Amino acid sequence: MHWTAIRRVSIGGAKNFVRSGAVSFATVLIMTVTLGIIAALIFLSGLLNYTLVTIRNKVDISVYFVTTAASSDILALKHRLEQLPQVASITYTSRDQALADFRARHANDQLTLQALDELGTNPLDASLSIQAKDPSQYSSIANFLSTGPALSASGVSIIDRVNYQQNKTVIDRLSFAMHTVQQVGAAIVLLFALASVTIAFATIRLAIYTSRDEIAVMRLVGASNAYIRGPFIVAGVIAGLIAAAVVLLLLLPASWYVGQMTTDWFGGFNFFTYYVDNLGLIFLILFGSGLVLGGAASFLAIRRYLTV
Amino acid sequence: MIYFEKVSKIYNGDEVPALEDVTLSIAPKEFISIVGHSGAGKTTLLKTLLAEERPTSGTIFFESVNVHELPSSALYHYRRKIGMVFQDFRLIPHKTAYENIAFAMEAAGRPDDEIASDVPHILELVDLAEKTNHFPHQLSGGEQQRVAIGRAIINQPDVIVADEPTGNLDPVNTYEIVQILKKINELGTTILITTHNKGVVDSVGRRVITMDRGRVVRDDVQGQYVL
Repeated sequence: MHWTAIRRVSIGGAKNFVRSGAVSFATVLIMTVTLGIIAALIFLSGLLNYTLVTIRNKVDISVYFVTTAASSDILALKHRLEQLPQVASITYTSRDQALADFRARHANDQLTLQALDELGTNPLDASLSIQAKDPSQYSSIANFLSTGPALSASGVSIIDRVNYQQNKTVIDRLSFAMHTVQQVGAAIVLLFALASVTIAFATIRLAIYTSRDEIAVMRLVGASNAYIRGPFIVAGVIAGLIAAAVVLLLLLPASWYVGQMTTDWFGGFNFFTYYVDNLGLIFLILFGSGLVLGGAASFLAIRRYLTV
Repeated sequence: MIYFEKVSKIYNGDEVPALEDVTLSIAPKEFISIVGHSGAGKTTLLKTLLAEERPTSGTIFFESVNVHELPSSALYHYRRKIGMVFQDFRLIPHKTAYENIAFAMEAAGRPDDEIASDVPHILELVDLAEKTNHFPHQLSGGEQQRVAIGRAIINQPDVIVADEPTGNLDPVNTYEIVQILKKINELGTTILITTHNKGVVDSVGRRVITMDRGRVVRDDVQGQYVL
């Protein structure tokens, strides 16, 4: 198509949209609902990810070292562990730090603190707290620790114990639950997205159905298929973009209100903060969906009327 | 110019053919009235010429082109050679009188300056210069039909095909439409109309083709309305 034709098609589409009044309004309304559902799915997905990350961060395995282990040996082991691709982060707690933490934790428990003082020495072990990138990878990290024992300069293992076996059942259950939630979540998102897209397609088909006689006339006065289709696609795209803008604007007060009400309930996930932090992504998804939905639905819907 | 050779058309499920062995020849600059009872096959004949309907057998040539051998991608080029006028006007409802006429030129890829100079001229020709910006629902039946005629002639087609153009009009508007069509014919355009209106056929006083049950039963060079 030449520039003149593109300009005429664009202007024609915009005029069609404005002059079709009620039909355009209904299309924008349905597209708004569709994109609203897509936006809700974005937030749901964000909430799901936040929850999974929160749970994942609460799971770790700890390696406790014998009291005679030198900190240089422990740090060397930490360095080796950090090279493993499964490891997300490692926190080293020295014996002195462990003691300080213990005292802080029992600051109000004088009996325990007195018992500690009577010992005269620090009975606590240094430890490494290891977080894996995925809960299913803890077994391979535990395996690494048992098959490649860390030795001191005198050839004695510096590892006292690893708490993996105690936590194994919980970790396995969590790992399974997280995978299930991810899969079910993805299925729900897909299902709702499909349902809303189908509704939008049906609405645009209905809008174009009302213009079927007009399309037949355009064919008979010698307009090419591309020239007939163009304005309808432009009108569909305009409806999609307006709906995207409406949803993006409505999300501002809606996410603020829901955020105020539910942040504590969702364990710290704030809808408004999520909206502001991901505004660029949400903008792209909504406007991209509006553009593709409006354009593609019009393109497909008009096809059947172009065979006169 | 236009040749129908043994054209028959049988619609699915119908026992009686809509067209049966129609053979016709139409020369340039003719003004032909096609008459006949409802269901005689007049509209089907026009639809086969416009490639809206494919004949069951037979061929239709427009100049040297076999119309029904044209690929669908080339049909719109072919249709630009024929201007169509319908009984129910078939204007685009959300376009003004000016835009309805300009649409045919835009679709043909004509430049903006040509559109800007030709459309007002055509609107004057059909006596609608005062109603340029009116939408179809703001126009009377006669005015709508005049817009439709303006749209049909704007690309200077070789033929105007008018299917019952006065079917929905009162006598005054019928007279005006016939006068416009006669004027267009005098300027060199072939006119092919179907009608039930005896007054129209007799006032034109040119070639009359009478159809009955899908067949051509009379073809008079200077005919009258006879059924």
